[in-house]
Amino acid sequence: MNIIVCLKQVPATTEVKVDPQTNTIIREGIKSIINPLDSYALEEGVRLKERCGGKVTAISMGPPQAEEALREAISLGADEAVLICDKAFAGADTWATAYTLAAAIGKLGQYDIVICGRQTLDGDTGQVGPQLAEMLGVAFIAYVSKIEEVAPQRLRVRRMVEEGYEVIEAALPAVITVVKEINVPRLPSLRGLARAKSAAIPVWTAGELGLDPKLVGLSGSFTRVIKVFSPQRTCRGEVLQGELEGQVECLVSRLKDAGVI
Amino acid sequence: MEGESYRGIWVFAEQRQGKLKDVAYELLAKGRELASALKTEISAVCLGYGIDEVDKLIAHGADKVYLVDSPELADSQEDLYTHELVKLIREHKPEIVLAGATAFGRAVIPRVAAILKTGLTADCTGLDIDADKRLLLQTKPAFGGNVMAVITCPAGRPQMATVRPRVFKKNPPDGTRKGEIVKVDFDREGVTSRTRLLQFVEDITERIRIEEADIIVAGGRGLGDGKNFDMLWELASVLGAAVAASRPAVDEGWVPYSHQVGQTGKTVCPKLYIAVGISGAVQHLVGMQTSDIIVAINDDPNAPIFEVATYGIVGDLFKVVPMLIDKLKNR
Amino acid sequence: MEYFLTEEQKTIKSLARKIAEERILPVRAELDEKEEFPWAIMKDLADADMFRVFVPKEYEGLGYGCLELCLVVEELSRICSGVAVSYAASALGSFILIDYGSEEQKRKYLPDIASGKKLTAFALSEPTAGSDAAAIKTTAEKVEGGYVLNGTKQFITNGGEAEIYTVIALTDKTRGARGASAFIVEKDTPGFSFGKKEKKMGIRASATRELIFRNCLVPEENLIGKLGMGFLMTMRLLDRSRPGIGAQALGIAQGALEAAVDYAQQRIQFGHPLISQPVVQDMLAEMAIQVEAARALVYAAARTVDSGARNFTEASAMAKVFASDTAMKVTTDAVQICGGAGYMKDYPVEKMMRDAKITQIYEGANQVLRNAIAVELRKRKARTE
Repeated sequence: MNIIVCLKQVPATTEVKVDPQTNTIIREGIKSIINPLDSYALEEGVRLKERCGGKVTAISMGPPQAEEALREAISLGADEAVLICDKAFAGADTWATAYTLAAAIGKLGQYDIVICGRQTLDGDTGQVGPQLAEMLGVAFIAYVSKIEEVAPQRLRVRRMVEEGYEVIEAALPAVITVVKEINVPRLPSLRGLARAKSAAIPVWTAGELGLDPKLVGLSGSFTRVIKVFSPQRTCRGEVLQGELEGQVECLVSRLKDAGVI
Repeated sequence: MEGESYRGIWVFAEQRQGKLKDVAYELLAKGRELASALKTEISAVCLGYGIDEVDKLIAHGADKVYLVDSPELADSQEDLYTHELVKLIREHKPEIVLAGATAFGRAVIPRVAAILKTGLTADCTGLDIDADKRLLLQTKPAFGGNVMAVITCPAGRPQMATVRPRVFKKNPPDGTRKGEIVKVDFDREGVTSRTRLLQFVEDITERIRIEEADIIVAGGRGLGDGKNFDMLWELASVLGAAVAASRPAVDEGWVPYSHQVGQTGKTVCPKLYIAVGISGAVQHLVGMQTSDIIVAINDDPNAPIFEVATYGIVGDLFKVVPMLIDKLKNR
Repeated sequence: MEYFLTEEQKTIKSLARKIAEERILPVRAELDEKEEFPWAIMKDLADADMFRVFVPKEYEGLGYGCLELCLVVEELSRICSGVAVSYAASALGSFILIDYGSEEQKRKYLPDIASGKKLTAFALSEPTAGSDAAAIKTTAEKVEGGYVLNGTKQFITNGGEAEIYTVIALTDKTRGARGASAFIVEKDTPGFSFGKKEKKMGIRASATRELIFRNCLVPEENLIGKLGMGFLMTMRLLDRSRPGIGAQALGIAQGALEAAVDYAQQRIQFGHPLISQPVVQDMLAEMAIQVEAARALVYAAARTVDSGARNFTEASAMAKVFASDTAMKVTTDAVQICGGAGYMKDYPVEKMMRDAKITQIYEGANQVLRNAIAVELRKRKARTE
């Protein structure tokens, strides 16, 4: 099987602050990691390869330093990696990102399955997976919690929904997004780390993908971020005082008065 | 610009097995406000098979309902829904499309936006209108709720957004409202589903679904051990409440994922939310802070949960909760 | 301090630390409490290629030496030495095979050891033979097609869990130290069974058992090296593996030092953090000095082994003795600094103190090793006279 895993490099923490002067997110001094849910996607890709044979290619669109995330992917079992990197890609929304990834996957050639994490830690949209599937013109399944069976041309998975789970069969090729229930990602191996160190990671630019710069990055995006701010929270309640028992009594009477119990 | 020919607000009214989801009514309530600001009308678009009580969409605020009721849509095949939604939007040109950020909505709506070549904002927690520019101002959390962003879609139409269930409040139904139900035949031309539903397995661990509960008792890391959740189940049964949990409690395996409230779990908006041993990380707060009354029980007076709590008790939860159960039993 | 580790050595150390912190830390208290063999962690170590570290490249290993093995053991022990010893015992059980095994034996067994599919154990000690290894009574009698083993081995680390055992038995009772030989015994060999699993003071995640041989026929081709070389091989093996025990002790001490510093910084008494008390500072400084000195000695001994030196008995004994005494002292002081909390199982230092004790005992009790060092000193003096 030819398995493609899409990864994004994200800040290691969501505890970020907004610079009140520039209205932008302060990223300095924050370590970068593979988006946690993408590491489940990678693990599932590697397991699929171990089960069915084939090759795992990790791709990432991002700045030059996203190469680190791809090297890490190789240490975790990916066979090859491609960095999709061009100044023209900066500021892409989910549409422009999916459009660019689709072009890169087109250049990679024949594939059976594309695996993405459910959503990223930073953007939190969960939209790139389904939009990528649409642009590739293949089947899509979100929230996959288990790959039950893979046959030539066919895939059977469990997909989580609010009420439980569904068993879905899809024609291959397909794009799936995975949830963290799907596996426990492995740690790197020494041989993987050695391979990661020496692996050649090609960099594909807009030109090499034959993309019109107007359709990628910020200029290819339909959405605009007009403001970024830190949420404000104001204390609206009261901390009850006195003996614990009295506090509990007081709480019960307040809730009764409010008519909620 | 081309946008000028796009008018009206649409709400994608999601159903499951013929039953409409509450998020449709919530979006209709919010959509009505937006429609007034834009002086335009609001429609619901509903796809499925054997859908019950479609007129409730009108009672909840829709001026018009586009209804595609066909046996082929019974299993929520996303390929078919995507195809049909794209067709309807191209035909009727709404300027705004809102949908629930449900498992289904989050899978289908991005694909619709991809085909229509327009912007889509995920998981909005606030929607507003810039009436002069007829722009939808979409506020969404990023970085797990630590950052809020306001997003617009200046050029693409329609402007599309998904909203998590329970972020907005539905209006009480008004049975006297008049509206039109437009029945549309499913257009099977040129589309086949590449996925097939083989089986649905209901999650039975969820005794009372937390999204629908009026009272929620939620536990976090402070419980210290899975077996201590028994105490919360008891409190919940006294109150007729559902039990929820913060992410650390779910990660520890104390409670199944379906009970998780917060950024990576569910958003809830009950009348009463009792947070026990939950410190109140921002990732948790985004999932519950719109609850009517929030009670926090925690031994750390500096825990951020007290910043959103209506009533707080600083104390040992292992003392407070049994007392509370006792007092409630004898009320 | 700067130990001039290569990039590869740094990679090995940091990966071992990652495994320890991410996979062992969350379960170490439970493993200790339940005395459960850490199979899931052995799998993680295998997936991370850690069992390849000590296996030669020709047999699907990575061909590293004593120092690299010590780095892994140190990092695992920093979090849980019960897990670390289960890993290290598999190296111990492989060394005679690696050094003296035939090409066929190595091809047959080492790839599975390297992949972590099979654990190994080394079996020397007996009820009557601890430090006095020459007092073993297990016999291997030559018969048609092989050897028949009879006897009981005691306190065997990885006993019952390992698939491959290297067993030292007497092939000629009349020849004393020249009468022992080494054999490979596979787990399911008829006549080979296990006694009770020991309940231990520390390193409780590891499995320690009796091995019982009752007319256990081992095929001819399972004899390792030459007949009668068993003790010589064993002495060489233990010289080589002792820096590993030093590394284990070092890791325990390092973990205890870190826990003590954390606690001293958090704990407020008399209005100030403990760490601002001169008497506590003094203890912590002494602990840090001891730990660093142990590290320098362990790494130096490991490098001596890797240098190809003919005799490293003294170096490895020094490293083992010093590091294990350090571990005992540092863990005891760590419990002291953590006070009442340190005595409770909710804090890790009491476990570290229990775990430290064994490092002064096994693979040569420190008294016996000091004696061996003294013997070397006398020999050297004699040579110069």
